[in-house]
Amino acid sequence: MAIEWFKRDEAAFSPTQKKTSEDALWIKCDSCSEIVFKRELEKKLLVCPKCSNHFAMDGEKYIEILTDKDSWTEIGANLRSQDPLSFRDQKKYSERLSSAIKTTGKNEAITVGRCTIDSISVVLGIMEFSFMGGSVGSVVGEKIARAVDTAIQDRSGLILISRSGGMRMQEGMVSLMQMAKASVKLTQLSEAKLPYISILTHPTTGGTTASFSMQGDVIIAEPGALIGFAGPRVIKQTIGQDLPDGFQRSEFLLEKGFLDRVVHRKDLRQTVVQVLRFAMKDNDSA
Amino acid sequence: MASPLTQTKPAASKSSKTNGSRNTFASTFVLDFEKPVIELERKIAEMRGLATGPGMDTLKVEIDKLEKKANKLRKEIFAKLTRWQKVQLARHPRRPYMLDYVERICDTWLELHGDRCYADDHAIVAGFASIEEEQVLLIGQQKGRGTKDNLFRNFAMAHPEGYRKAIRLMTLAQKFNRPVITFIDTPGAYPGLGAEERGQAEAIARSLYEMARLTVPIIAIVIGEGGSGGALAISVADEIHMMEYSIYSVISPEGCASILYRDATEAPQAAEALKLTAEDLKEIGIIDNIISEPSGGAHENFDASAAAIKAVILSSLKRLKAIPTEKLIAARHKKYEEIGFWLDR
Ligand SMILES: [Zn+2]
Repeated sequence: MAIEWFKRDEAAFSPTQKKTSEDALWIKCDSCSEIVFKRELEKKLLVCPKCSNHFAMDGEKYIEILTDKDSWTEIGANLRSQDPLSFRDQKKYSERLSSAIKTTGKNEAITVGRCTIDSISVVLGIMEFSFMGGSVGSVVGEKIARAVDTAIQDRSGLILISRSGGMRMQEGMVSLMQMAKASVKLTQLSEAKLPYISILTHPTTGGTTASFSMQGDVIIAEPGALIGFAGPRVIKQTIGQDLPDGFQRSEFLLEKGFLDRVVHRKDLRQTVVQVLRFAMKDNDSA
Repeated sequence: MASPLTQTKPAASKSSKTNGSRNTFASTFVLDFEKPVIELERKIAEMRGLATGPGMDTLKVEIDKLEKKANKLRKEIFAKLTRWQKVQLARHPRRPYMLDYVERICDTWLELHGDRCYADDHAIVAGFASIEEEQVLLIGQQKGRGTKDNLFRNFAMAHPEGYRKAIRLMTLAQKFNRPVITFIDTPGAYPGLGAEERGQAEAIARSLYEMARLTVPIIAIVIGEGGSGGALAISVADEIHMMEYSIYSVISPEGCASILYRDATEAPQAAEALKLTAEDLKEIGIIDNIISEPSGGAHENFDASAAAIKAVILSSLKRLKAIPTEKLIAARHKKYEEIGFWLDR
């Protein structure tokens, strides 16, 4: 349930993020080993032109490709986690937090804001795996809560883009309870007859998948994303054998009936707009 | 889940009823820190055997003295248990499980099976029960006693079917306006191929969601191990109670240790850091109440533990049933909305 993001041997938790942030001109695709010109890759929304491998994409880029120009305003940017357990392993939790803020340039593992998409009012949240493995603690829970409140107040739709290793163990049970908190808030959104689109990207596991990521009215995933409850390493340990090819990947979940669609990044906006139109356009007075 | 349990010769089981099957490995388990008291008690039992005839007054006085000493020793040991020792108590193989409580608390019990989709999950038990005048739905994880039983129960680690059975029956309880009471006792949801294939995450997510909006009172009682999302999945509730020596954690101490300290044997240290005891969680406002356990822990007296739980259930039901539905749900929501520690600066 809790995250395993510091495990260096965890191949599933993509190293692509690191590579794209380097200043190299050429990037090697993890999936097909093709050497791709960085600028070319960026033009293609960080999707490998040869094999369609979806590289990790920064939150700002999602805002750019999904939302109407200049429509974005952030919510809860000043929320900072406290350290309820005074948690300390080899490093203090408070130190881990400040170094995450410094290295990622994000203030937490999720960024939330108001925007419009094709002129439809939306509250959008994007998780960041680079921020402590996208782990969910008090601030992520509170930002989701405020996202729901804002959506209800504005009569907006809600979209959450997940990538997370699960709950943030440095906040102990306080973090586990954020699963319940997010669930409670999402029932309120549903009660208000407003749509929630959950978009799963690589990787989404643990308590994140087992709560708000799987509670969407419509659940979409990017191709090839690792999505599951238990991490592959834990399952491998439990059953004592290698996992089948493609296990816990988007296409597998689609086949098993747990996703509405697997959507290529270039089609993401159009897909979201169609869902929002279905759920909201003629429904404004609801 | 390697806890350093030690085995000694048959320790007299004090419970009046089925304290697990006797003469099995589990029924003789004694934790390291329980040993001094258990040894004293064995001595007392031996002396009792000798002190049956007449003219044994001095021996009887000696027994009295030893009994007082044993009680005092037990109190001293239990007054300063470490968090890791409480973890061991929560996992004690002689600890009462869900069905031990059902047997002692309920006047009638009708177990119901299956999720209507795929299978019946034996790791989660559910059924209709009457407790005095109350008709309630009981749901809980069930550990096994001994290897065979544990395999049948999958060590109380549920598959999606278990959560789907729980959701199905909670919805039924709502239909007939009956409260839901859950007993939490699991190392976690099962991390296996089939569980993933059949949507473990979806099943847990749905259970959280349905419990968040269920229109009947929900009482959750952590009786042993509250293992992460697999425990949370049936414990979104109006009131959360924990047995004195139960634990509830975002991750097992072993799991936490292997990630943060890269060494699972650092589990005792991780247990300290995670603050996973009833006392810790009451202090930071995650749970509502701690249910006191009999001297030496719940496994020393099943009947007394069951009586304590029953009293809490009855008073809790009385309180919650008096609250109109809308207010009940609003209060449940407010409680979860307030969980978290952040600064808005
Ligand atoms: Zn490629």
